[in-house]
Amino acid sequence: MAKRRGIEVSIAIAEAARQADVDVVSAYPITPQTHIVEHLAQLVADGVLDANYITVESEHTAMSACVGASAAGARVFTSTSSQGLALMNEIVYLASSLRTPVVMALANRSLSGPISIWNDHSDVMNERDTGWISIFANNGQEAYDLTLMAFRIGEDRRVMLPVMINFDGFILTHVIEPIYIFDDEEIAGFIPPFEPIYRLDPDNPVTMGPVGVPDVYTEAKKQQEVAIRESRPVIDEVFEEFAQRYGRRYRAVETYRTEDAEVVLLAQGSVIEAAEVAVDHLREQGKKVGAVELRLWRPFPFKDLKEALCGNTIKQVVVLDRCISFGGQAGPVMSEVRSALYHEPKRPMVVGVVAGLGGRDIPLSDYVKMFEIGEECLRTGKEPGEEPELVKIVGLRE
Amino acid sequence: MSVVAKRPKEAYLSVFAYRMAPREEYFVRGHRACQGCGPALGLRHIMKAAGRDTIVVNATGCMEIICSPYPYTSWAVPWLHVAFENAAAVASGVDAAIKALQRKGRIPKKKINILAIAGDGGTADIGIQALSGMLARWHNVTYICYDNEAYMNTGVQGSSSTPFGASTTTTPAGKVSFGAGYWKKNVAAIAAAHDVPYVATACPSYPLDLIRKVRRSFELEGPAYIHLFAVCPTGWGIPPELTVRMGRLAVETGIFPLYEVEYGRYKLTIDFPQGLRPVEDYLRQQRRFRHLPPEVIEQIQERVTAEYERLKKMEKVTQE
Repeated sequence: MAKRRGIEVSIAIAEAARQADVDVVSAYPITPQTHIVEHLAQLVADGVLDANYITVESEHTAMSACVGASAAGARVFTSTSSQGLALMNEIVYLASSLRTPVVMALANRSLSGPISIWNDHSDVMNERDTGWISIFANNGQEAYDLTLMAFRIGEDRRVMLPVMINFDGFILTHVIEPIYIFDDEEIAGFIPPFEPIYRLDPDNPVTMGPVGVPDVYTEAKKQQEVAIRESRPVIDEVFEEFAQRYGRRYRAVETYRTEDAEVVLLAQGSVIEAAEVAVDHLREQGKKVGAVELRLWRPFPFKDLKEALCGNTIKQVVVLDRCISFGGQAGPVMSEVRSALYHEPKRPMVVGVVAGLGGRDIPLSDYVKMFEIGEECLRTGKEPGEEPELVKIVGLRE
Repeated sequence: MSVVAKRPKEAYLSVFAYRMAPREEYFVRGHRACQGCGPALGLRHIMKAAGRDTIVVNATGCMEIICSPYPYTSWAVPWLHVAFENAAAVASGVDAAIKALQRKGRIPKKKINILAIAGDGGTADIGIQALSGMLARWHNVTYICYDNEAYMNTGVQGSSSTPFGASTTTTPAGKVSFGAGYWKKNVAAIAAAHDVPYVATACPSYPLDLIRKVRRSFELEGPAYIHLFAVCPTGWGIPPELTVRMGRLAVETGIFPLYEVEYGRYKLTIDFPQGLRPVEDYLRQQRRFRHLPPEVIEQIQERVTAEYERLKKMEKVTQE
């Protein structure tokens, strides 16, 4: 049976990759991802993990080597953050279009400049439309569990897509949490060996990555769109099987005390646990508030989100973005949530706030402030401020 | 035209004894290369040498564009194209995967040749970091740069492999410029500086020399780099039927010497003991050099002579 023990979250994620028996690890060091890849390199050096660890010379090469190794039929793992992901960007698109189910542990960190090694979500939001399955963990246990599940989801022959697991840099990567780590035998049956549909094999030669002339490019993109949509039932299936086997249930959209709530805060990642504390705090004062977690980012869980937010007591949603869309509407999560609800006959109002950029702490008082913004919207029927479209940053020093 | 220098028998043999080459084709007809394409000719020989059990990783560029307009392919071996600057990186991943899967018993154990192919832009410029990484990490990959001395796929823009004085669309000759004002980057020397087992230069005009070098690169354990001089009639402004001849002229003038470096030992594989032809014989036949004044040609001659002598010295010193 799994034992719950104190373990650094980065090490737990690396252990998940080991238990998945990855064949190739290709990664370049970047803070705050480093402990994950250091641990994997040590496991390979000690002969505990039978894999080839490629000490690449850049993140661009890290992802390129992942794609090459996956195309050759290997189970592949990488991890990065921030600038590393931005440098990979070009090849991140190719991993999904070539249908190579690479698993990436993404320690979320802000993008330069100014250079900041601390946490926000600007790195992952930059990759929103790359065609990867993207899932958020809000604590160490989830980061470990979801990394294990990522292999099952991505490598499923009905899916064959790369998966990125998001977890907050430092806030999660560098803390020691009590985590149930499976015994190897316990998890062994959960992740079967990777059986690719096509691989680079001289006995069955295939041409991968041909030129997409205008005659076929649109159809190729359509197939990719169908593929990521059709990954959803598989994601649910894997979540369900994991729950059946191990008792921890994951959902695309999670809710906290929303049953009779009027104002809810929607967020992703580790902030959701702090938001839940704020909900408890405000509930004690008699406020009808709740929290919603958008765990599954891609494919976007339209149905689950509508079920969580529409046709019930919820009148106001405050979306917390950890990333600014410069010159646009707050952040990408708010824009997506608001437009996803647009056609619903009975929908709540949606307002966006930005907080926790580049490692800025969000104290309880700021969560309270976010709920207050929501309450003000609800009371006045419009967003606060003279220019309501302006990005509302909570926790800004003025 | 100057008097043609006498060539050793070996040079003739390499050119005319092509019946000795394997008959099997793995880069097959039907592709969309220009008439007289030097890289495509080279690729055909390379694949004869590499054989059936080969995985090819191809960078974006002329050869990738001409061989794979979906749903067509010219490849009878597994082939992967990912992007422009990362052929060496992708091939590193393929190498790591094949080694791991064979070790873990997931795929049968047999020798698989891994071949990365990129042009001079994809190698000398945007791909040099990935190339250096692959060589330094000691992957079992043969990397072949087909050097047609400019970005031909996008319309003859200058690369760092463009020769001194050549007029390209981004290093054009004009009233105050004679074309590329920099000397060609020596990528083979950069590769050799990684102390890899095998580095060679080759040219499709000497097919048996090329085939032998490709085979040798796969025989030796570890990374290898082959710099293939690949004539581009379209970009250079020559008639397509002169591709093979122009390659030979480049070698005979010493502009592109054919040599190999095996474990640090240099060897000129085609040499001209009776002396080199003047570079003018080569330069004057191409549109890209036609504008060059005599003093620039003289400058090029001096450089070529000095470089060739340096190479001979390297051969002498390292073979001792």
